Amino acid sequence: MSGDGLLVAVDSKIHRVPAQVKLVALFVFVLAVVSTPAASFWAFALYAVLLVGAVVMAKLPALVVSRRLAVETPFIVFALLLPFVATGPTIDVLGLELSRSGVLGAWNVLAKGTLGVVAAILLSATTGPRELLAGLERLRLPATLIAILSFMVRYLSVVSDDLHRMRIARESRGYVGGRAGHLRAVAGGVGALFVRSFERGERVHLAMRSRGYTGRMPLLGEVGASRAQWLEGLTISLAAVAIAVAARVVGL
Amino acid sequence: MSGPAIQVERLVFAYPDGRQALFGVDFTVRRGERVALLGPNGAGKTTLVLHLNGILGSVAGGTGSGRIQIGGTGLHRDHLPEIRRKVGLVFQDPDDQLFMPTVRDDVAFGPANLGLRGAELDDRVREALVQVGMQDHADLAPHHLSFGQRRRVAVATVLAMRPEVLVLDEPSSNLDPASRRELADILTGLDVTLLMITHDLPYALQLCERSLLMDDGRIVADGRTRELLGDAELMSAHRLELPYGFDPLSVPGPEGR
Amino acid sequence: MHVPDGFFDAPTSIATGLIAAGAVGFSLQRANREIRETGPALAGLTAAFVFAVQMVNFPVGAGTSGHLLGGALAAALVGPWTAVLVMSTVLLVQGLLFADGGLTALGTNITLMGLITVLAGYFVIRALLTVLPRRTGSVVPAATVGALVSVPVAALAFTGLYAIGGAVDIPLGKLATAMVGWHVLVGIGEAVITAAVLGAVVATRPDLVYAARHLQQDLVLVDADGNTSTVSPDKPIAAKPAGRSLGVGVAVSLVIAGAVSLLASAHPDGLEFVGAELGFDSAAKDSAVAGSPLADYGVSGIGNAQVSGALAGIIGVLVTIAVGLAIAKIASLRKAS
Repeated sequence: MSGDGLLVAVDSKIHRVPAQVKLVALFVFVLAVVSTPAASFWAFALYAVLLVGAVVMAKLPALVVSRRLAVETPFIVFALLLPFVATGPTIDVLGLELSRSGVLGAWNVLAKGTLGVVAAILLSATTGPRELLAGLERLRLPATLIAILSFMVRYLSVVSDDLHRMRIARESRGYVGGRAGHLRAVAGGVGALFVRSFERGERVHLAMRSRGYTGRMPLLGEVGASRAQWLEGLTISLAAVAIAVAARVVGL
Repeated sequence: MSGPAIQVERLVFAYPDGRQALFGVDFTVRRGERVALLGPNGAGKTTLVLHLNGILGSVAGGTGSGRIQIGGTGLHRDHLPEIRRKVGLVFQDPDDQLFMPTVRDDVAFGPANLGLRGAELDDRVREALVQVGMQDHADLAPHHLSFGQRRRVAVATVLAMRPEVLVLDEPSSNLDPASRRELADILTGLDVTLLMITHDLPYALQLCERSLLMDDGRIVADGRTRELLGDAELMSAHRLELPYGFDPLSVPGPEGR
Repeated sequence: MHVPDGFFDAPTSIATGLIAAGAVGFSLQRANREIRETGPALAGLTAAFVFAVQMVNFPVGAGTSGHLLGGALAAALVGPWTAVLVMSTVLLVQGLLFADGGLTALGTNITLMGLITVLAGYFVIRALLTVLPRRTGSVVPAATVGALVSVPVAALAFTGLYAIGGAVDIPLGKLATAMVGWHVLVGIGEAVITAAVLGAVVATRPDLVYAARHLQQDLVLVDADGNTSTVSPDKPIAAKPAGRSLGVGVAVSLVIAGAVSLLASAHPDGLEFVGAELGFDSAAKDSAVAGSPLADYGVSGIGNAQVSGALAGIIGVLVTIAVGLAIAKIASLRKAS
């Protein structure tokens, strides 16, 4: 797993929006989506149009976005089960007896979940880890948390590479093993991985103190966003809020 | 500004897990000297150098005793910031040393902790990166650099603090021959006292006129690098071996320069 | 178990968001001293470790696989407060950098996977350590049980949240049975890996295990002249007696449960809203909670969703405590025999 997250390194208008603006925009957008009544189908269609527009503007390959949607799978399964397990009046679809609230619930989970994931992909694919940290710093996340986040992001690829190397070492010694054996071997490797990670954490701390660290990380020093940048960055989210309000007021 | 660059007396230390690493270490390094610290794995070399800027040892709340002076200043809790500026420590694994999101952030970390800000900080970062030839990579993330490049940036992070004593832990390990030579060129050009842990004996001979040999948490030999490497009995007693065909008596060393 | 956006209604998401923010804030305060001493790098590396380990799948059965959550493991290794921060960091990075887990559901995810697994795991560990033999190795069986318990407890909490803010009315009894049943299997995997990891750490670096720090042996030091002396090892954070930490835990859990219920009942239920909107709320009223464990508590139908939610929350907490105490009791009986 790379330390860059899902970043797609191209230049686009959305890539250039300051990270703190994108974070707020994402949150507002998803909040608008989540608070829209499930039965306002037109509202979800409009959200989708907004989001696809943003994906195109960010020059993201459709394949990257669709592949990443896989994280949703467990909840798609859950959603598809809802029409069969939910209670209440039923409707007849293709000879199957489905719960009406279950069908609506499934739609609710699928629509909102998918819009949320695509919006999150939009953020992670257009924002590098350092910008993201700087954005969170601007949004006044506690400094200790920023520091932990920063170290985690920095060493993600190092620890993942360690894990990968250990797996290769195990397999190249002809390891196959049954199910239980597999679990044991994996677990033993994971124990060694913790000791390695922890000892690296100790060494990093020593390296920091060697260079005068006394408990305060230097600020990443990102400049604030201008009013124009805020307005521009929030356009899509504000449109989504308008849609959500309309859906609530107008009803269906 | 008096006294030797490094003075260590009767240094004893045990790790929190009960492992004792140092059993009474004594040595002195004069200003401007270049000294190699040799010895087999587990001899206590890294533990020793971590004492030199008060990272380990009783001053850091650890279990141990002994006395250390850097440039005549005793290692004491009150002097730690000053000591840590004077002693620049380059760790063996550059991934331990490069912990910030970008090269620039990383090189700026030390000087920023010294209180530098703004243009002064930028100048200091640039100067250090130029010294190791990495000025064009300032905005990259460490994991996008090659191993040799990371090692050079690690040296820059320490040079940015303008140390009086540069301590390196196995600087030539894992480097390809060209990177190894480039690093030697960089180190030769620096005007500092140098203490270098290494298993690369030709590197020790090339860069350091004097060597300390450490084993089992004690200094067991101290002398000219050429003479130490030429003492076959001493070498084999402490698991040190020269590369095939290498004759320490016939190659040029730093004495000639 | 990463909950996506829109899975729970807005009030539930906001309430769990507040719980998560409170828990992170409280943990920051409690872990402050530890983090100052050991450095934020250590917590960051532990987070990177948990993230990497969550990518290792193990078979659960029926051709599916689960993965480690790591809450109990992190609690044993770095202590509960740092562990809450570590797990929250992992979830934050997964949500923001890898688009895994919804942003509005971040609070829910932190509450379920970052807070409940850690606290449930840690209380079981501390409780068991008071009855197991006083040596570092005892932390392995204690954490194994802690890990085993932590996963179904989180699943139970998930069910509780679903009772409060789930979008669709499904029989809670069935949901609870399915969730807990399934997650007991996942918990077994979690327990096996936790045991092996702690076993490996205790064998190589026992001083790294937070939960066992108070059980460490004294050090023997040989000085320059060959004289031997005994020194007590660093004990930077004196562990509190388990009884007190258990009491604090119970109090915190009850406050959390109360806060959820209060916040949830202060807002119109999302399900009600959708139901009214579609005009079949009256029909939905005969929903079958009969036969579910909650039926005895007079919970029936949508009108009492808030009451049912509050009850589910409190029952969840009580079950957690009961399980922890029962295990401690069993372990102490075994030790006595």
